[in-house]
Amino acid sequence: MKSSTMNTAAISFALAVGFMANSAGAADLKVGFIAPLSGPISSQGIPNAKGIQAGLKYKAEVGGRKIVLIQLDDASDPSTSARNARKLIEDEKVDVIVGTGGVPGSMAIAAVARETKTPLVSFTPLTLAGDESAWAVTTAQPASLMISAVVEHMKRAGVKSVGYIGFSDSWGDLAYASLKKSAESAGIKVVADERYARSDNSVAGQVLKILAAKPDAVLGGTAGTPGALPYLALAERGYKGMIYGTHGLINPDFVRVAGASAQGLLAPTGPVMVADQLPANHPSKKIAAEFRAAYQQTHNAVPTDAFSAYAFDAWLVIANAAARVAPKLEPGTAEYRAALRDAIFATKELAVTHGVLNFSPGSPNGADSRSVVIVKLDKGQWVLQP
Amino acid sequence: MTWDVALILSIDGLASGAIYLLAGLGLVLVFSVTRVIFVPFGDIAAFTALSLAAFEAQKVPPTVGLVGTLAVLAAVAEVISLVRKRDFSRIPAAVAWWGLLPGAICLLAWLVAARDLPVGVAICVSVMLAVPIAPLIARVALQPIADASALVLLIASLVLHFLLSGLGLVFFGPEGARTQPLLAGGISIANGFSISAQVILMMGSAAVLCVLFFLAFERTVAGKALRATAVNRVGARLVGIRPTRTALLAYGCASLLAGLIGILISPVTTMYYDSGLIIGLKAFVAAIIGGLSSYPLTAVGALAVGLLESFASFWSGALKDVIVFSLLIPVLMLRSHWATHSEEETEEIDQ
Repeated sequence: MKSSTMNTAAISFALAVGFMANSAGAADLKVGFIAPLSGPISSQGIPNAKGIQAGLKYKAEVGGRKIVLIQLDDASDPSTSARNARKLIEDEKVDVIVGTGGVPGSMAIAAVARETKTPLVSFTPLTLAGDESAWAVTTAQPASLMISAVVEHMKRAGVKSVGYIGFSDSWGDLAYASLKKSAESAGIKVVADERYARSDNSVAGQVLKILAAKPDAVLGGTAGTPGALPYLALAERGYKGMIYGTHGLINPDFVRVAGASAQGLLAPTGPVMVADQLPANHPSKKIAAEFRAAYQQTHNAVPTDAFSAYAFDAWLVIANAAARVAPKLEPGTAEYRAALRDAIFATKELAVTHGVLNFSPGSPNGADSRSVVIVKLDKGQWVLQP
Repeated sequence: MTWDVALILSIDGLASGAIYLLAGLGLVLVFSVTRVIFVPFGDIAAFTALSLAAFEAQKVPPTVGLVGTLAVLAAVAEVISLVRKRDFSRIPAAVAWWGLLPGAICLLAWLVAARDLPVGVAICVSVMLAVPIAPLIARVALQPIADASALVLLIASLVLHFLLSGLGLVFFGPEGARTQPLLAGGISIANGFSISAQVILMMGSAAVLCVLFFLAFERTVAGKALRATAVNRVGARLVGIRPTRTALLAYGCASLLAGLIGILISPVTTMYYDSGLIIGLKAFVAAIIGGLSSYPLTAVGALAVGLLESFASFWSGALKDVIVFSLLIPVLMLRSHWATHSEEETEEIDQ
């Protein structure tokens, strides 16, 4: 009797010590998340945030450490993105930054990440090279990869000349530069370069100029519902050629706004958007289904956009890399951040919802051609193109 | 540029000019009567468009909740001010006007929503929902500071814009909406060139509304009271025109105009929760051309802004807005050169 009491006491003491050791040893891994939850690109930021929350639901612990998510809104303003990144790094001592919707904001955060030596996992294309990208990776396919898939499709379809209309911002510039590069090597002539602002209410002038150049196909370097404008204007003016878009367009609201004018629109996207149409041996098939399930559990709705999946992929990259960080390192320290960065850049063949990621130092991009599929909008549904 | 391109651009420019014209009229009307540059004007237009889209999607537009909340706030504000004045006999009337009337519109909207409505009914209800917004927010936020300086009023109105556009994001979400065209088809002129019926409707409505405004100002007592207040607030008060009443009327008219803009524009452009600001700003350029007082000059300015915008988008899409807003600089220089500086300062102090 006595011994059993002593045993209980010993066990509880051991447990208590064990707990203390555990709670002292396993500090939480802090993830700072920045997204445009308001402002003109909130149509990307809101799904981004939903995707990251689904990620938290999917994997909230790695190597015995809890992952803590701290979320801030940058109101679609790059200077706020940078300020928030500093706030997260200096005040909250986050170990890794995730963000943000919109290329300019992500580039601003990448500069802060490099300066403060904090890893950044972004989900928009980053145009960084060499030393600049020492602390930043992205789960998004680089624009050049997406656009070259589009140009390849154009070449197969016999397109000889293409007109371009895009946003008058860095996304529009990036898409145009990629088109120019791929088209040149494919022998396709770029005959027009027109721009408009996301908030514009008419592109009649720009579309007229494109029509005057009589291109076989038109590519829109746009994103979200504001991207519907050129297709509506082209349809109104009776344009009969092929229409292409970028992966920024793939969301249900775009389909709703563009309506019949975007019938036959061809766009590149990640495999997750057509997960149920993928062949069974596609690397993204399984994880995409798991993402859908996690999203369904968190938000009680089916994911219908590509942005939530990019953010979910960022979460997978972090969870995968954190599992490979030496357990003796403590989150919240410079050593941990450096080790996490090294682990992220050592990511090999990680199957994510948008294909497969392989990171290596010197480039922020991890996606390859397995991350791109071409889809066609047919009666409001995206159909996988062979 | 060929002639047919110029023609298409002109038509496009005149169509957006018609919208800026209506918005410019609303801005000038509110400014001349109340000295408020009514920045939330565009937001009301966007809300109307998005309400109509919600009706079309057979949903209850969130505007119902906005108007309902504003009505409660306005009724409470009115009752408190009456209690302070110990004027208890007017409380029932105030509650009826400020609370129950907008409430009735909300109830109507709520009852007809979520079913397959004829387009006409959906449009009427959307506009009816829009009309109380400006008077109600003015009652809650602007009337208590009606005698402050024009700068304070401008800042208050800017704050209202940010408040409304923030609420718009919560209500309608970040994505835009488009409504069904009111008129299909078009008129075909020359080879391969046609004007869509919707554009003709926009221009026609703007013209008809201008004539109606002119008649109302020239022929009705209420219109004359508005003009009198605009010309001289103190003088208007001396002859028995109540500034609060005329301000309310001006806000009501502006809200109605904003509602009509929302209905006219939403079939041709995608409307977002924050699309209103840019329409308001371009109309503001037009209103500045009109010196924030002259209706005919504002109309000319609005059409000029529309045309300039359309041609600028052809020359350089990226610099379109820069070109349009740069128009302000020469206009302001010319106006300040010719303006006779009035005794504006003294007018602001005593009232």
